[in-house]
Amino acid sequence: MIKLEPRGERSTIMAYLSPLLAAFLTMLTGAILFTILGVDPVDALITILYVPISDTHGIAELCVKTAPILLCAIGLSVVFKAKIWNIGAEGQLLMGGLFGSYIALQLIETEGFWVLPLVLVAGIIGGMFWAGIAAILKVRFNTNEILTTIMMNYIALNILLWAVHGPLKDPEGYNFPESALFGDASLLPILIEGTRVNFGMALALLAVVAVWVLMSRSFYGFQIKVMGMDAGAARLSGFKEKRLTYFALLLSGGLAGLAGVGEVTGPIGQLIPQISPGYGYAAIIVAFLGRLHPVGILFASLLMALLYMGGEMAQISLGLPLALTGLFQGMLLFYLLACDVLIAFRIRLKSKKVKTLQPLATETQG
Amino acid sequence: MTHLTQTLSLPRLTLRGISKQYPGCLANDDIHLNIAPAEIHALLGENGAGKSTLMKVIYGLVKPDSGELLWDGLPIEVKDPAHARKMGIGMVFQHFSLFETLTVTENIALALGDDAGELEALATKIRRVSEKYGMAINPDREIHTLSVGERQRVEIVRCLVQNIKLLILDEPTSVLTPQEVDTLFVTLRQLAEEGCSILFISHKLNEVKALCHKATVLRAGKVSGECIPSEEDTTSMAKLMVGDDTPVSTTYPKQLGSSPLLTITALNLPSDDPFGVHLRNINLTVNAGEIVGIAGVAGNGQEELLASLSGEHLCPDGKTIRFAATEVGKLPPDKRRQWGLAFVPEERLGRGAVPEMSLTENALLTGYLTGMVSRGMVAWNKAEAFADDIIEQYKVKAAGRNAQADSLSGGNLQKFIIGREIMQNPKILIAAHPTWGVDIGAATAIHKALIQLRDQGAAILVVSEDIDELFLISDRIGAICDGVLSPFKPTPESSIQELGRMMAGDFSQSTSEGSATQ
Repeated sequence: MIKLEPRGERSTIMAYLSPLLAAFLTMLTGAILFTILGVDPVDALITILYVPISDTHGIAELCVKTAPILLCAIGLSVVFKAKIWNIGAEGQLLMGGLFGSYIALQLIETEGFWVLPLVLVAGIIGGMFWAGIAAILKVRFNTNEILTTIMMNYIALNILLWAVHGPLKDPEGYNFPESALFGDASLLPILIEGTRVNFGMALALLAVVAVWVLMSRSFYGFQIKVMGMDAGAARLSGFKEKRLTYFALLLSGGLAGLAGVGEVTGPIGQLIPQISPGYGYAAIIVAFLGRLHPVGILFASLLMALLYMGGEMAQISLGLPLALTGLFQGMLLFYLLACDVLIAFRIRLKSKKVKTLQPLATETQG
Repeated sequence: MTHLTQTLSLPRLTLRGISKQYPGCLANDDIHLNIAPAEIHALLGENGAGKSTLMKVIYGLVKPDSGELLWDGLPIEVKDPAHARKMGIGMVFQHFSLFETLTVTENIALALGDDAGELEALATKIRRVSEKYGMAINPDREIHTLSVGERQRVEIVRCLVQNIKLLILDEPTSVLTPQEVDTLFVTLRQLAEEGCSILFISHKLNEVKALCHKATVLRAGKVSGECIPSEEDTTSMAKLMVGDDTPVSTTYPKQLGSSPLLTITALNLPSDDPFGVHLRNINLTVNAGEIVGIAGVAGNGQEELLASLSGEHLCPDGKTIRFAATEVGKLPPDKRRQWGLAFVPEERLGRGAVPEMSLTENALLTGYLTGMVSRGMVAWNKAEAFADDIIEQYKVKAAGRNAQADSLSGGNLQKFIIGREIMQNPKILIAAHPTWGVDIGAATAIHKALIQLRDQGAAILVVSEDIDELFLISDRIGAICDGVLSPFKPTPESSIQELGRMMAGDFSQSTSEGSATQ
């Protein structure tokens, strides 16, 4: 029988080392996997982890991929601190993309500095709307948000597919399931000339700072943390549980929505069926890998974006399947959870003995 | 009977040099103990002295690091509680583990496992045993219909239906009224006369004196002394428990308050919990400058009453609870705090303080209304200064303001929480079990702080299961039973017997002079 025993004292250092250890173990397991597949492990790891960012173009692309993951993850860090398990960043991202696209498509011919902010706000509202439904269900009916947000991911995906195959399809697009290209006024400006790095990355970094201030300096952030750690204490101190639940869910939904609209107005430039390769799900792993801390999440987002690029690179140059990305994401989460458990507990193998009366004298144990 | 010969020859249980180390704490340090057959042996000690660990060692829940157990003279290793029960060791825990929706028989059958046999035969046995020992219980009743005292009987009978040689009782009287305590003692004496050894764990000296043949006193994990309680006075035993440097007892002058600050009028509040207690027609006034004490056995509506006062459970009618002239029945907790309410909840880790947060953050937890937040931002320097002040003024032993709340001992954390509430200069303070599980030194400090706040003109309501504490600090006193409040009397005019009757729901009395109830 395997038994987990608490180790007593919690080590802060180990808590921060755990993600690094998890990353290392993921690479190690990956290397073993490559060897079995008959690929040189060193070569494969270099292809996945270094080649994608070996030039400035690669680093720019890394930023492009990081922005949506970072936006989703930083929002999730707030709800997760409140112990509200929003698994629906993916759906909220898709709704953000859809809402933003709708507005952008209405304003294709329009010029003006206000067009882009309007489109972005529409995207944020889309994400908030989707998270808000889960919030109402939770606050009013005590519905489990894990279930509702997961289910709503699929609803969001199907609404998006319907829209892109139907009302938002480009009338002159030869019946391809995609919208018309957005007007220039709706597109995120490029930050660094000659690359695809756009204003989305700046927004993401801004969100990181804002959430940092919110959680470490503001009383709202404090209340969210207290509610997550100890709902009884929050209630007794007069913190408004319902209001905080709405706030946290709407905030994370809004940021996920911003990530979605940032994709369609940024690197994509139109509405297509696949606006996210699972950024919203990856963000859950990123949030925990970054220990729900803004700085940690920033680094974890970069790593996750690198894995997306590395997966593609391995497919192109080594002929490995794209499922590699998902596999690495999964391993990362698995090892992180395993490390956390082993840091907090020690494993005892306990043999089941027959329960009979036995004088101690005949045994060695004393 | 064989036990007579055994009394002369072998102790039933001997502990030799039992030591148990927990991370950062030596819970048991070289403990020696002998219990003879037919002996009622007290294990005395404050909270944290190592009593719980020691009995867990005996009951097979904890493995000692070193030392040995001798059972009827033979060395033995108790593997687990099932093994202990087979040997004839029974234990009644302080917190019962009974299923509310099952009957007495079903609960006992569950505890016995394979040895339970047919339910009907077991029910007959339960009835026979309970009658024999004067603890009448109906085996067919469901647990949720039983009072706390009756539930304890179920736990004791569970031990007695087996062949029992040693019965361990962990603080059994803390959930009983004084009259129920007397009944329990009769049962225990009868059991002992039949040859059963009893290990009676307590920190109440008068009970130990009344019941026990011998006592072993623990202090900080060590045996600090052994004595024959009937030959000692309580002061000398208390000294053994707490050491020489702690003042053992004090008295405080009583006074009656002036104008009403907290008024509860005809409060009827059904509980949301199916097994909760409905508050029925509660009327109570607490005046400025007095401490009112509410006694009661746990689970008689204290939690519900406290939740209605803190604002966690709002009243449908705002008028039922008033702070001075302000109707607050419908106001949420933060609005009541703004008015000048401070609240010390029963659970200090969780509700009172967030376990994983620092003392600074826990100072902010309820101190946020005293200018530590401006424009939505936390002034952390003010929260830190506040935490430092509490630590200094209330002599909280902690590694500093950044120490996590759960790293403090119960007594120190309670001092911190009481300090945090009092230093906000409340007009009304409500404290639930303010010294529960707190060592005598800290309890005295907490009592002094409460008295000082009273003298500054605050209205204080204390809910406690510790009758001695209530008599010590309350100016007026009463009890709650099954959601109904007894009449209140100035403490000097009341007596332990009277209060005990009230705790059991018998509110009859000749006059209700000086009573606060309408």
